[in-house]
Amino acid sequence: MQLLQVSQLTRYLKEVLESDPLLQDVWVQGEVSNSTQSAAGHQYFTLKDETAQLRCVLFRRVSAARSNRASLFAPLSAPPPLVLRDGMAVLARGRLALYENRGTYELIVEEIEEAGVGLLHLRFEQLKQRLEAEGLFDEGRKRPLPRWPAVVGIVTSPQAAALRDMLRVLRTRCPLVQVILAPTLVQGEGAASQIAVAIDRLNAHGAAEVIIVARGGGSVEELWAFNEEEVARAIYRSRLPVITGVGHETDFTIADFVADYRASTPTAAAAAAVPDAAEWRRSVADAEERLAELIEGRLELLRGQLSGQRRDLIRSSPLARLVQARQQIDEATRTLSERLDHLLVMRRERLRGAVLHLNSLSPLLTIARGYAVVRREADGQTVTSVRQVEAGDELDIQLRDGHIRSVAWQLEEEQNGDAGAG
Amino acid sequence: MATQEQAEFAGLTFEEAFERLEQAVSALDTGDLSLDEALAHFEEGMKLARYCGRLLDNAELRVQQLLADNTGLLTLAPFESEP
Repeated sequence: MQLLQVSQLTRYLKEVLESDPLLQDVWVQGEVSNSTQSAAGHQYFTLKDETAQLRCVLFRRVSAARSNRASLFAPLSAPPPLVLRDGMAVLARGRLALYENRGTYELIVEEIEEAGVGLLHLRFEQLKQRLEAEGLFDEGRKRPLPRWPAVVGIVTSPQAAALRDMLRVLRTRCPLVQVILAPTLVQGEGAASQIAVAIDRLNAHGAAEVIIVARGGGSVEELWAFNEEEVARAIYRSRLPVITGVGHETDFTIADFVADYRASTPTAAAAAAVPDAAEWRRSVADAEERLAELIEGRLELLRGQLSGQRRDLIRSSPLARLVQARQQIDEATRTLSERLDHLLVMRRERLRGAVLHLNSLSPLLTIARGYAVVRREADGQTVTSVRQVEAGDELDIQLRDGHIRSVAWQLEEEQNGDAGAG
Repeated sequence: MATQEQAEFAGLTFEEAFERLEQAVSALDTGDLSLDEALAHFEEGMKLARYCGRLLDNAELRVQQLLADNTGLLTLAPFESEP
């Protein structure tokens, strides 16, 4: 057996106590007693139940922080500082610490709530941890919201002002959408399962493309249905992306953590669900403008090509060759007719020459100089030799100015003249 | 003209019509179309744009509620919501 000094034992206890994870973050329920406040603003009190007591300290920084934190837990976001009174039932969360010099241990309180609210808070934290560990809040599973949903499902109370507000936003922003309301209670007994059923039904029906789960602002108890596991599971198994808009800006519910998109309020959820129609108009106008630009560019290009081709066409046109051919023909024709003319002139000249020559050879000229032409009367044969004529033949003697009908009465042939005129 | 477009695109949601509009734009943008094809895309695109515009102009928020009978059959019923 080992002998220990008091300080050694106390040190050991302190180590045991302060290394135990359970004791370093623990919720304790009890009744406040012996509550006092120090000059520095720290609150000291005892938590007790029927059989035991626990010393507690709530440091000023914690109670001060408590009054202005933006809590994950809705209505506690900006509560008045909790004034501890003896006899008050509370839930406190904190860690155990041991004070060696006094040999006492204490709960150093980090959070404290009145029991009713505190229990809800505890359940909230427990469920949140469990679902988170299970992966229900994973960023990776959050689906993108449809860009332009044609049908929006809304899970809320048909009587609520929240619904009217959402419809107003939808009507202003994007009246094209169709709304399918899955009516449900949003608070009180059975609200959670009705909400879950409504989400399931919108999925089963299938027309909606996105679901808004919404409720206007209220107390933590009024919003509680949205912290129920049933609702969380329904959102998780929803095939359709879910937008939550529960309570006010600072209210966070379990449903918000599971949702694909958490909007701060119902109207913000409605605005997140649909695009602004003005944006659609712009998109349409942009597309229209782009179309016009493209077709104009296209036509411009074609026009350019066309005029280029027209130039090419004209350059290589058979028309040009035709014109050229016609010129050649004209020229040839002209040459031809010139030559023909020339030829005619020449012929005419030659003819005239021939006529002149012919004239010079004409016997008429000879006759005119005193010669005669003698023809046999019988056959008209010109007589150039006495041998052609016999005595007694009738002869026609042609002179310059007439004929002498005569008869040959004697023929005398000259010895060496064979072709002399008779 | 309006009725012709309504008939041609009847039943198209805004999103579907706009998608086709975007397709027409990108088809024109690729440029390897015959002129006839390009003009056809252009004309369809312009009609779709007008159709989209008209959808926006004539839109009126429609609200229905989803009800289930005791056999679990889901039906849509009109829902009166004051504007």
